[in-house]
Amino acid sequence: MTMTHAASAKRHSPPPAWRKPVLMGAPLVLLLVAFLVFPVGQLLALSVYNGQGFTLAPYAQLFASSLYVTVLWITLKISLATTLVAVVAAYPVAYLISIAKGPAKSRLIFWVLLSFWTSFLVRAFAWVVILGRNGVVNSTLMSLGIIDSPADLLYGFGAVLVGMVHAMLPLAVMTMLAVMENIDRTLPRAAGTLGAKPGTAFWTVYFPLSLPGVAASAIMVFVSAIGFFIVPALLGGRKETMITQLIIDQVQQTLNWGLAGAISVLLLTVVLVVFVLYDRVFGFASLTGESAVVRNRDTAMRRLGGRVLAALGSASDALIGLLPRRHPLRGRSEKPVALTAFVWLLLVLISLPAFLMIPLSVGKGGLAWPPSGFTLQWYQQLLDSPIWMQALWRSIVVAFGTGLLSMAIGVPAAFLMVRSRMRGKGAMLAFILSPIVVPRMIIAVGMFYVFAQMGLVGTILGLVIGHTVVAVPYVVMTMMAVLRNYDTRLDLAAQSLGARPLAALRHVTFPILGAGMLSSFLFAFATSFDELTISLFSSGGLSATLPKQFWDEVTLQVSPVIAAVSTGLLLFVATLIFVADRLRRRSLAG
Amino acid sequence: MSSSSLSVQGLAKRYGDFVALAPTDLVVADGEFLTLLGPSGSGKTTLLSLLAGLVPPDGGSVRIGSQDVTYAPPYERDIGVVFQNYALFPHMTIEENIAFPLKMRKVGAADAKRRAREALEMVHLPHIAGRYPRELSGGQQQRVALARCMVYKPSIILMDEPLGALDKKLREHMQLEIKRLHREMGTTVVYVTHDQEEAMTMSDRICLMNAGRIEQLGTPADLYFRPRSLFVADFLGESNILPAALRSRSGDEVEIGLGTQGIPGRALANGNDLPPGTEVRVMVRPQNLTVARGAGNAAGGLQGRVSEVMVTGSLTKVYMEPLDGKLPPLVAAFPTRNEADAVRIDDVLTLSWSGRDAVVIADAARAAGTA
Repeated sequence: MTMTHAASAKRHSPPPAWRKPVLMGAPLVLLLVAFLVFPVGQLLALSVYNGQGFTLAPYAQLFASSLYVTVLWITLKISLATTLVAVVAAYPVAYLISIAKGPAKSRLIFWVLLSFWTSFLVRAFAWVVILGRNGVVNSTLMSLGIIDSPADLLYGFGAVLVGMVHAMLPLAVMTMLAVMENIDRTLPRAAGTLGAKPGTAFWTVYFPLSLPGVAASAIMVFVSAIGFFIVPALLGGRKETMITQLIIDQVQQTLNWGLAGAISVLLLTVVLVVFVLYDRVFGFASLTGESAVVRNRDTAMRRLGGRVLAALGSASDALIGLLPRRHPLRGRSEKPVALTAFVWLLLVLISLPAFLMIPLSVGKGGLAWPPSGFTLQWYQQLLDSPIWMQALWRSIVVAFGTGLLSMAIGVPAAFLMVRSRMRGKGAMLAFILSPIVVPRMIIAVGMFYVFAQMGLVGTILGLVIGHTVVAVPYVVMTMMAVLRNYDTRLDLAAQSLGARPLAALRHVTFPILGAGMLSSFLFAFATSFDELTISLFSSGGLSATLPKQFWDEVTLQVSPVIAAVSTGLLLFVATLIFVADRLRRRSLAG
Repeated sequence: MSSSSLSVQGLAKRYGDFVALAPTDLVVADGEFLTLLGPSGSGKTTLLSLLAGLVPPDGGSVRIGSQDVTYAPPYERDIGVVFQNYALFPHMTIEENIAFPLKMRKVGAADAKRRAREALEMVHLPHIAGRYPRELSGGQQQRVALARCMVYKPSIILMDEPLGALDKKLREHMQLEIKRLHREMGTTVVYVTHDQEEAMTMSDRICLMNAGRIEQLGTPADLYFRPRSLFVADFLGESNILPAALRSRSGDEVEIGLGTQGIPGRALANGNDLPPGTEVRVMVRPQNLTVARGAGNAAGGLQGRVSEVMVTGSLTKVYMEPLDGKLPPLVAAFPTRNEADAVRIDDVLTLSWSGRDAVVIADAARAAGTA
């Protein structure tokens, strides 16, 4: 009797507590170690190791001429200017979305998402067309008689800034929105009942609460901008060369891996310094929209900040007081008319460039503005081109593979990060998100070096692995947001009703999380579908993906076929967002 | 050996340094309705979670029927759990929710459908089978959660503050409903609540918990009239807890002297066997105090000056400052009478009680802290 009792007790003894978290987290950690840490480490090592031994020659070369430091300075200047403009412009958009309700909110989000997911390439290329000598702006100004000869709008700081801000604005909005959505909307109203006028309530209550969102959005934009090369390459002149372009040159033209490594070290150092400063001031938690509270310290800076905000509040109240007074409690005074108009104007401006591709793609006159006639020949050329068709097919296969692999690896990790109480979770999260922090160019070059040794260059598998490394942090982040809203008692209920863990996952957890999982998958899919940096190197010369093919065409020649491809991509993304939104709504409706 | 459906031995759980549940023994009889009662943080929800297998224990054992399930996962325990927020699956219809446990037990679809309909009829909601949880009111969701739990006839149903989210009237109605279902099904129920009235109304026995351990286990009357500790006396209903010294013992009653003046009185020994002269506490419920106007005839009786009178409906409560300043404030309750007889503030009243209605609590050690 006692024997069987002991035996049954043994059979039911709990599994070791470490086993589950390890199984859930290990695949992602292994992936990042093998295809992020190792390649980047290799690249950095190449800057001090030349095959025979230790060397500092690349660094000597780096600082020998003023070229590299100058380019770094330009890079910082462009990135900072981009960050400033993008964040200031994004604030009203994010604010309006956070206070909007129902269909109005969905509409706003749709347009932001459409820009967000429209390929960087398409948007940068659109600016080439808009700002070119025969482009939209010049033609319009000349036909209006404002100028006599076309102005040089392209290939300058202004063009780069416009292109960069346009590229980064949607990211700035989405990051800020995550924090703004969590701000208790009754707080500004409470300030109102306590005697604060609207301007003061906004600047002294709402704005400080939204600051972590502003900070998160600023750092995301800055880090993306500093590693960006598409816009400066297409829109900038020689004076707007950014540091990532130098890395491309070193790898693709001079094959100087040591120097490429040294430049990467320089770039990475700048990014790390920025991140350390950010963590000191705001903490990394604000990046995931987790906390909307600024650390409370009574410093001189803080008091000064408080006074500035109070002054801003009084100033805006004075301005509001100058406006013709409407009866505040009558009619629809709650609606911020001016704000809404401004935001829609901004959204039209950021959506318009991509939409210009539609008339150009069916015009006979090439890419000159205004388009004339109607033809489908560019689409015909596209469909007849085996290179484009193969690139499209390859992109779809790689994007699917990336979506599936990212989900398989990222979803368990997201569960682990949200559900477990393990130690070192913060460090683990930082590690998981590191592919976003490390400039894409460094990852891409390091990966190319490692892939070349492993024979993965030019293979579908190589591209899937590469894209998964950069897509999986987004999957983990979106799944974490979804899981935080999920009531874990539903799982416990399922288990208490007799469902084994896998059955509970299949019948309860996954169906409820379905919409969130779908959007995570689409996030990974779209990330891969639009990925250029890794593909630039790792697709090899012959097996291009769609963005790589686009890039090659744009940098060699500008043909209306590009407009046709852009139109196709735009419609594809619009459909994707629309379908995802439909699915989400249906799953909410039960 | 009487049939027990649940027995717990030395079950313990700690989170870091915090003792959520000290080693605890508990036996629940077949078909019993046992309530785990206590303030928040007392360990009642921890104990329930351990019984349900939602968290692993640090030590001890849990047996359900004849099976050791100490470390068994919830789905191997033959239990049902009604969660505080009901935990209905939002993506399934009511019928699918109720059929879910049957599906997990490989019951055929047709059979499962029939039994789900029967369960819905038991909770008087046959017409809502095709709806989704969010389309139901709180009370309806509650009944569906009950139906989902009963449909597969688990040997024990665990309920975690199931009525916490309902308003007072609905809560009272559901209390009756749960009692009825318990009677009809004959299932063992372990019920968690922090509402002492709910515990008194519903339970066969109450397990009153405090600071991670069982304070007292017994019938509602045991706990209400024969508390073993000051905590129990204080937690269940209103009471007068007075310092006293033991004088002499006769049968199960003792003579006591209250306060500094040694006001004489009688009380049940309550199982305490203490020598005369021991300092104890004596508890009398407000409604067991008999109130007389004026200084009364018994010189040196317990007297108080009225500080507040509250008419709570059927009962009138009178709060008094005792004339012996060393005694704590007193409260007496009696059926509300016509206005002419009403007690007024600053009246002096004399209080008396039957020795059968007062009990000795040997809890001097904790008296300082609680009183």
